[in-house]
Amino acid sequence: MDILNYAFMQRALLAAVLVGVTAPAIGIYLVQRRQALMGDGIGHVAMTGVGLGFLLSWSPVWMATLVSVLGAVLMELIRWYGRTRGDIALAMLFYGGMAGGVMFINLAPGGSNANLTSYLFGSLSTVSESDVTAICLLAAFVVLVTLGLRRQLFAVSQDEEFARVTGLPVRALNLLTAVTAAVTVTVAMRVVGLLLVSALMVVPVAAAQQLSRSFAATFAVAVAIGVAVTLGGTVTSYYQDVPPGATIVLLTIGAFIVLTALAAPLARRRARAAADADPAECRVPAGRAAGDEVGI
Amino acid sequence: MSDEPVISLRGVRAELGARLVLRGIDLTVRRGEVVALLGANGSGKSTAVRTVIGQVPVTAGEVELFGTPRRRFRDWSRVGYVPQRTTAAGGVPATVTEVVSAGRLSRARFGVLRKADHEAVRRALDLVGMADRAKDSVNALSGGQHQRVLIARALAAEPELLIMDEPMAGVDLASQEVLAETLERQVASGTTVLLVLHELGPLEPLIDRAVVLRDGCVLHDGPPPKAVGQHALPGHDHVHPHDTSGAEPIRTGLLS
Repeated sequence: MDILNYAFMQRALLAAVLVGVTAPAIGIYLVQRRQALMGDGIGHVAMTGVGLGFLLSWSPVWMATLVSVLGAVLMELIRWYGRTRGDIALAMLFYGGMAGGVMFINLAPGGSNANLTSYLFGSLSTVSESDVTAICLLAAFVVLVTLGLRRQLFAVSQDEEFARVTGLPVRALNLLTAVTAAVTVTVAMRVVGLLLVSALMVVPVAAAQQLSRSFAATFAVAVAIGVAVTLGGTVTSYYQDVPPGATIVLLTIGAFIVLTALAAPLARRRARAAADADPAECRVPAGRAAGDEVGI
Repeated sequence: MSDEPVISLRGVRAELGARLVLRGIDLTVRRGEVVALLGANGSGKSTAVRTVIGQVPVTAGEVELFGTPRRRFRDWSRVGYVPQRTTAAGGVPATVTEVVSAGRLSRARFGVLRKADHEAVRRALDLVGMADRAKDSVNALSGGQHQRVLIARALAAEPELLIMDEPMAGVDLASQEVLAETLERQVASGTTVLLVLHELGPLEPLIDRAVVLRDGCVLHDGPPPKAVGQHALPGHDHVHPHDTSGAEPIRTGLLS
């Protein structure tokens, strides 16, 4: 296990595990509310933050956090007020975010698109001490929200209209979900990169769904998959000299394919069990006798 | 106190987009009453209900719940709501118990469910005859069973007022009867009910009063109209599409 002897690998593994936990933990609520691509959108917006960080010589991680939180809040506001042309407004935000990032980084003294690459595709081996501190703090926030408020977030993501009638602060919870997703994007930025962040939010959840029947089990399995692929990808990239971000995402998709293949026989068994519970022959529905006249 | 209306709408107007959907309706539901809101598609009946729960903003008029203006009303555990849905499922699998437990949040402090809350969830599932499916995924249920789960979710908070938006839409006959029985027991125990219905159907004997809307106005407020002709047949399911132009929308036998 010489891999653990290097400080940069220790930092890389810690960052990878934290991303493996947090990305599916918030991603499950995005998938539940059918906003699976929101992470992708926030990733685009975060690029403006990275660019601004370079331009103003501030920490790109914190600047990206700030800008993507603002972007996520803006997306949520557009969802409330701009129902009719909401998708167009979101598209503007996404592409504006990406173009802004490229513009700002090229305006920065000595800056070029090369600086952007490590944020677009991740740069796990260059994670610094201060990056690790930032990632730990942000990850703690994400875990606190996604576990501590799981019943409230479940209710709002399942059925917003009903959640309002249970007296839940629906708008506040929606904003919190958006902000937490934005924070997760910046946590994952150094590990898998802004363009691949969304994969870690969505694919482990989709893979877990192949096996699970309950939300709680989906959550647990998705986080387990997240941790397994981020650790596996980081270790593989160390020994094989392949880019960690891409390795992690390809492993996640591999997990999805394997679990989908495993799920087919499982689903057949469950269907058989359900068929045993139900009678196989036809019956006249309760409330109607065989001799009833039925008007059509 | 007992005479205080549970729901009171006075001169309520509401818009969806640029379209005026409610043109000043009055609706009062008193304690223990079962009121059906009827009308063709697009007559504003769902919108009326959604102004009561605050889902649709009111442009004029007043909405009160239990004598409190809707804006200041916070006592949501007294209200059980069944939205118009054909499915209880979201983008992620969830069990019947998980979905129904969400209905108990209005009584749970900080979202923590205690033993009594879990028992209430189980009782609600018993009431709709879904206790044996408690651990199943809602994705595996039929349309009627979805509706039973949504009603159990509303009952989990043990509400005094039940608001249901087309609870019988897309529900098979066996489930319709379970739902009618469930509702009958709730009404017998003193629950007030406001129902949006496309037609009276198996719930007819329970209904004290019917309010019929057309084009966002109240057309009729009184005893429920009798169904006639084919519409009166047992098990008649009203599924044909309606002409939304409003030319002849009230040919459902409701008013004859």
